[in-house]
Amino acid sequence: MNQITKITSLIALGLIVLPSLLFLAGVIGLGATKLLALIGTLAWFAATPLWMSR
Amino acid sequence: MGQDNPESGGEFEREPVPDAALLGNGKFWGMYAGEHTAGTEFMIGPLFLAAGASLSDLILGLLLGNVLAVLTWRFLVVPIAMSKRLTLYYQLERIAGSTLVKLYNLVNGLLFCFLAGAMVTVSASAVGVPLNVTFDVPSNMLGLGNLSFTALVAIVGVVIAVVAAGGYERVARVANIAAPWMIAVFAACGIVSLGQIGAGDVTVITEGKFWSDAIAFVQERNGFGEFGFWKIVVFAWLCNGAMHFGMADLSIFRFARSASSGWAPAIGMFLGHYMAWIAAALLLAALIKLQPELAVGADGTVAANPGRLAFESLGWAGILCVVIAGWTTANPTIYRAGLAFQGILPKSSRTVMTLVAGAVATLAGAFPNLSAQLLGFVGTYGTILGPMGAVIFVDFFLMKRCGLRDEYAHRTGVQINIAVMLAWFLPVAVGLYLIFVQGVFAAYAVIPCWVACGLLYLIVSKFTQTAANTEPTT
Repeated sequence: MNQITKITSLIALGLIVLPSLLFLAGVIGLGATKLLALIGTLAWFAATPLWMSR
Repeated sequence: MGQDNPESGGEFEREPVPDAALLGNGKFWGMYAGEHTAGTEFMIGPLFLAAGASLSDLILGLLLGNVLAVLTWRFLVVPIAMSKRLTLYYQLERIAGSTLVKLYNLVNGLLFCFLAGAMVTVSASAVGVPLNVTFDVPSNMLGLGNLSFTALVAIVGVVIAVVAAGGYERVARVANIAAPWMIAVFAACGIVSLGQIGAGDVTVITEGKFWSDAIAFVQERNGFGEFGFWKIVVFAWLCNGAMHFGMADLSIFRFARSASSGWAPAIGMFLGHYMAWIAAALLLAALIKLQPELAVGADGTVAANPGRLAFESLGWAGILCVVIAGWTTANPTIYRAGLAFQGILPKSSRTVMTLVAGAVATLAGAFPNLSAQLLGFVGTYGTILGPMGAVIFVDFFLMKRCGLRDEYAHRTGVQINIAVMLAWFLPVAVGLYLIFVQGVFAAYAVIPCWVACGLLYLIVSKFTQTAANTEPTT
């Protein structure tokens, strides 16, 4: 379970940074970038507290 | 800001940290990464552009300034921290006396409150975006923002203060969880901003027209300003002057098992005070290029509204980042201010003192000029608190060599070491005069005040220390 949540957190960070690079490259639009960043944010805060130690 | 948490057990507040409690490098790298990628970065980054800093000066000046800051932590703070293994406060008390340390605590606490107030403003600016509450910076230094924004600051401030009063652990846990995410959001904001200004074509960056146009836009409305290379270097070096020159991070590095932990601030400097600052500045540049009307306040001047900047770049994720970044900076700062105030009134409740600190911070946050003047404030902060680090430096390295007693207050029982008091007050008074009356850039005063304080402490001690009635104590 821990591995899954850690991977989820990693993917979450990727959803924040990678779309911005795709936007810079002109591959996706700003709306999609913002939406993916929001999804990544929600995923980060859902998964990370489950594995990040106190 | 790096300070210890007295709430958890075994913090060795009045004794050297034992070997069994020392920490490896990883703890420090993690702490500094999160500590310096915070709400302040959203405010400071755009202020560089607004002040007229060129892009090349910013890129190179921040690089040099941050290197100097890291070297100061590593070679000034760490040797003393690892030798003494004491908190800043206890070490200062042994030198300066308990009464003088209480005064230091009061000043420290108030400055913490003002810093937290600026962060309450930052968070409120983000909360205000979806509510259509605008963030206007009045021309009058002591002017309030509009009524809606002031009410928002009050609400945000109360929430932050109540959470801070609830205890350190919860605050620290949220900050730890949020730190990697905030770093990613800052990076994404910067990259999106580059996309928005058309930097997919590299010549856009190398020519830098978007940047100079943005500066011109600001200066047409705000008046002329300049922020040259050396000003940037000095600011980047000394914005955390209270932490390194001021030795506040003795409280952190007293736990270091290895001197190489002293390189840990590098991650904070280069993620926070380099990447995040430049990314935040790019946010303003992009907004001015694409939607200049959103960058201009009701009074016709350009004000850096962190919430608006982040929203236009990264939408709701950006807003959440500004809210959380401001909150995770304000919360521990208010907590530390509460502890500082409790140190002055030991019988008072920590909860009550934290709420008092929160009230002061909220009141300060209601004045938008505080956050708008953050570049000057952090320099003033370093000018006032930094010199006490010179006292510790001189006491550690020079007192015995000069035939004087170190830790004089501890050895003699005096409540106020007059030499420390004079050495602190006089240079700081001159520094504040230069800053507020002569208009000197605040960060320029940090090192001269530090040097003057150290010299004065040594010289005045020669007169004030006497061999009579002093018995060596361990």
